[in-house]
Amino acid sequence: MEFGPHLMLAVLEGAVTAAVLALMASGLSLVFGVMRVVNVAHGQFFMLGAVLAWAVSSALGGGAVGFVAALLLAPVIAGALAVAADLTVLKRVGYDPERTIVATIGLLYILQQAALMTYGPEARPVAPPFNDRLALPWIEFGPEGPGLIWPWGLSITSYKLFVMGAAAAVLAGLWALMTRTGIGLVMRATQLDRETAQAFGIPVERVYAGVFGLGAALAALAGVLIVPIQQAHYLMGGDALLLSFIVVIIGGLGSLGGTVIAALLIGLSDGIVSVFFSPTLAKILATLLVALVLVFRPEGLMGKAAR
Amino acid sequence: MRGGRLIGLHLGLVAVLFALNFVLPAYSHGTVARVMVLATYAMGYNILFGYTGLLSLGHAMFFAAGMYGLAMPMTHLGLGAGPALLTGIGSAAVLSLGVGLLALRTRGVAFMIVTLMFSQAAWLTILLAGRWTRGDEGVVIPQADRMLLGLDLSDPSTRYLAALALFSAVLFGTLWLVRQPIGRVLVAIRENEDRAELLGYDTFRHKLGAVVLSGTVSGAAGAAYGLFFGYAGASFAETHYSIFPLLWVLLGGAGTVIGPFLGTLFMFYLIDLTSGLTPAYMLVAGVALVLLTLFAPQGLAGEIRRRWWRGLP
Amino acid sequence: MPVTKTDAGPRSPARRSAIKTLAAAAAGTASLPLWARYAGAQSAAPIRIGFQMHATGIGAAYGRWYDRTTRAALRLINEAGGINGRPVELVTEDDGTDPKRGAEVVEKFASLHRCDVGYGTLFSHVVMGSAPRAGELKLPYFVVSEGHHVASGALNRWTLQPGITDVKSQVLAMAPFVRENLGRKVTMIFPDYAFGHDHRDFFSQAIEAQGGEVVAKLAIPPTETSFTKYFAKIPRETEVIYHVMVGPSVLTFVKEMGEFFGPSRPEIFGFIDSLESVDLQSPGLDFLEGTYFWEGMPRYVQPDQTEFDRHYRAAIGIDENGALAADPSDVSAYAHMFGCWETLYVIKAGMEACGYRGPDDRAALVEAVEAMTEMPLSNDHPQGAKLFNGRTHQVFGPQYISKVENGRLVVQAETPIEAGFYPDEVDYTTQSL
Repeated sequence: MEFGPHLMLAVLEGAVTAAVLALMASGLSLVFGVMRVVNVAHGQFFMLGAVLAWAVSSALGGGAVGFVAALLLAPVIAGALAVAADLTVLKRVGYDPERTIVATIGLLYILQQAALMTYGPEARPVAPPFNDRLALPWIEFGPEGPGLIWPWGLSITSYKLFVMGAAAAVLAGLWALMTRTGIGLVMRATQLDRETAQAFGIPVERVYAGVFGLGAALAALAGVLIVPIQQAHYLMGGDALLLSFIVVIIGGLGSLGGTVIAALLIGLSDGIVSVFFSPTLAKILATLLVALVLVFRPEGLMGKAAR
Repeated sequence: MRGGRLIGLHLGLVAVLFALNFVLPAYSHGTVARVMVLATYAMGYNILFGYTGLLSLGHAMFFAAGMYGLAMPMTHLGLGAGPALLTGIGSAAVLSLGVGLLALRTRGVAFMIVTLMFSQAAWLTILLAGRWTRGDEGVVIPQADRMLLGLDLSDPSTRYLAALALFSAVLFGTLWLVRQPIGRVLVAIRENEDRAELLGYDTFRHKLGAVVLSGTVSGAAGAAYGLFFGYAGASFAETHYSIFPLLWVLLGGAGTVIGPFLGTLFMFYLIDLTSGLTPAYMLVAGVALVLLTLFAPQGLAGEIRRRWWRGLP
Repeated sequence: MPVTKTDAGPRSPARRSAIKTLAAAAAGTASLPLWARYAGAQSAAPIRIGFQMHATGIGAAYGRWYDRTTRAALRLINEAGGINGRPVELVTEDDGTDPKRGAEVVEKFASLHRCDVGYGTLFSHVVMGSAPRAGELKLPYFVVSEGHHVASGALNRWTLQPGITDVKSQVLAMAPFVRENLGRKVTMIFPDYAFGHDHRDFFSQAIEAQGGEVVAKLAIPPTETSFTKYFAKIPRETEVIYHVMVGPSVLTFVKEMGEFFGPSRPEIFGFIDSLESVDLQSPGLDFLEGTYFWEGMPRYVQPDQTEFDRHYRAAIGIDENGALAADPSDVSAYAHMFGCWETLYVIKAGMEACGYRGPDDRAALVEAVEAMTEMPLSNDHPQGAKLFNGRTHQVFGPQYISKVENGRLVVQAETPIEAGFYPDEVDYTTQSL
């Protein structure tokens, strides 16, 4: 493929990755920002979303109805599960950072094994509600001036466009929730200073449970959106966790805008670097590139000093 | 007085492990040998995490650097086991120095992520260099080559004692280190880095020293693992091998000398025994971890320290 | 929660009670004096086969089918009187598809469970990690991995692969067909794993020997979940795409390949590994219509089905589409799992040939298997006639090339055993036992 169309394709693919990543990382960012704990099981809620999407849509006989039902149900179920985990475990360890890591590793094992035992080890697809291949044009400057050509392979699907749109809409909604509502104010207050917030009568424990649930729900929503592209598999949470973790820190702790920018940075650099190098070398270079961003800007792109 | 009891305790542990060499049934004998090597890895991790307060998510790259630093020259250059052990340890030392210089520009969570990403890049590099490393499949170190100082390391008893030697060296090395002034500076950095700096300590150099020491010990464990069990593979560089030492240390008790060993042993038998009872052993392991955080929050050794013996190092 | 079939769990309760009985028996024997223990081993105590199963981890989808096939074969073997008049007992341990745990499991078989042999490993890295321990513990270790590791000489005299052809042989046998029927200029897409590199190296050589050419080699990093950006690297002149992918993202890979090419695709030849255990009717796979696959054994019943294939399918409970008869959505790993069945019959034949009585005869068992050569097409070898090379510890068999027609794989060609021959790279029989 020629360089121009190739780059455009890589950017488009990178944007799809970025959209899903931003959605998932925003959930982790909330938890991390407000509660100051690392939820190692976050990726498992992503997996849970994908697995539930398969379960719901196959129970309803597939099709658009099943998919929409999954979009609504999976985040609610995952969120409820997370709230329960928060109240029974995290609250009782007092949100101690280190104990939370061990406890959420335990939660990770539990969710993964439960998925293996009920859902099984296969990767299962969910049919997208719509999925038209849209061939894309490219501008070429020929002897008679610029003209449109339709390069071989340059295309995207309507579903991938929908994923980008949906992610943008949810993130905008989340931003509005955080900045324009009382709930957001309470969350931000808790994030800034837990003790003071408590002194002002904010029910910090309920805020924490809510944030933990919301974070899981966002991950599950990302899982539902990705499953028509990527299939559900019980091990899919691992790499997703690492990537979203990276996004959160690069973006700057607790900064939603930073998280989105970081997701774009990672998604696009992954795509664009792949144009120039062999695939594995590209992955290595993209990884090092992002790591060096952090080395030379340790507080993240949009963050203030981390601790 | 306290020092005497302390050294007595650790000497006691080493003596018990030595005695076990002669009485353990075959399977547990092999298992304890393996656990000692992995506990050495955990002790290396603990230098940085438990004593200096730096949480790395990338120690698998140091373990793998030791393992491949040993296996590659043995496979491709025909180097003997002794020199290869040194190249393995040396590789880990060089890598940890480089990683330390870059990663220590960051703190806290950013440090976690930078080490994680460097480690991810290291793992992919092993795959990329598949021509020499055979990628994920890895390389077998032939039994005939695993001779160190005339000792056959594929012999169970020799392997056990070699593992014990490595384990005790690192155990007493760590014990000695934390009682030295430098060890106290590391703890001071863990407790409050800014204050340590105000007191006039060069915290960066101390932290760098801790990264290099921690990485080198981890690499020594990796090299020993390859040599003792005859295999080097890329799976040892994957992220979960960075999480394992964290888990072992937290389970055993961070910032205790004996904790990493207890945690490694506990985790091994938790998986090994439950997998014999139920196919859902990961579920059991998960529940056990959750329960431990609820009821033994400072880890096993931490719990001993809290309940019975406040002076446990 | 998602609905799964009754025996979806990696191991059934029957196995647990078997282990308990075993543990009780072991405890019982341990308390006997030495002579009595030996006498016990002479009697009708069961032969124990240690099954290293990928019940969790990346290999779990294959593991459950290796398990089902193994159980079916052992049931038949036991119904027919066992081995040397003794029943055969399966001792299953999960290796988590991890080389470190794999080595521990081998130790467990040899030292704790006192198994007679270790058996059943698929993923190459687990084989590589486990084989050194099997060699040290002198436990005959029968792998069903299709890796080239055994025949390459990297392992040891105690490790054998008598049930499934290795990847080098498979690839060599495919090249003539690709060159003659599909095209000359090939782009290869494979995982950046040793397994993928074997495909790359052996196929490149083989297609060049046929007068073809590999115009691009795309090694995909294993964590990748989206592939479209790499398809852009496929040179326009490509006449054939050769793909072999493994892991949970294979379906995405194939689907995105379809979306990338749209209506104008080159010829496509893949290893069924890319879609093993995946229903060809899955959404997004319709573009595979008219493409070609290597199959170790034809998943769909063919018009010329042998009675042996019928016997084998019936024993495991597989329908004519290669899925579980009780649940047609549960598609088998049909192209690989015959290796388990055939390996168990090789173990049986080997034990019978050397009059195997107990662990003291393990070396004799290895020698007995090394002495094997021809294995005729039969109920014991339903995939096809085989030739075993005792020096390299590797078996060679026929391969199948199928085309997707109306969403089913239809066999186009069966390559002869000789098409997969290559010069020996090792002679394990020179090593001491």
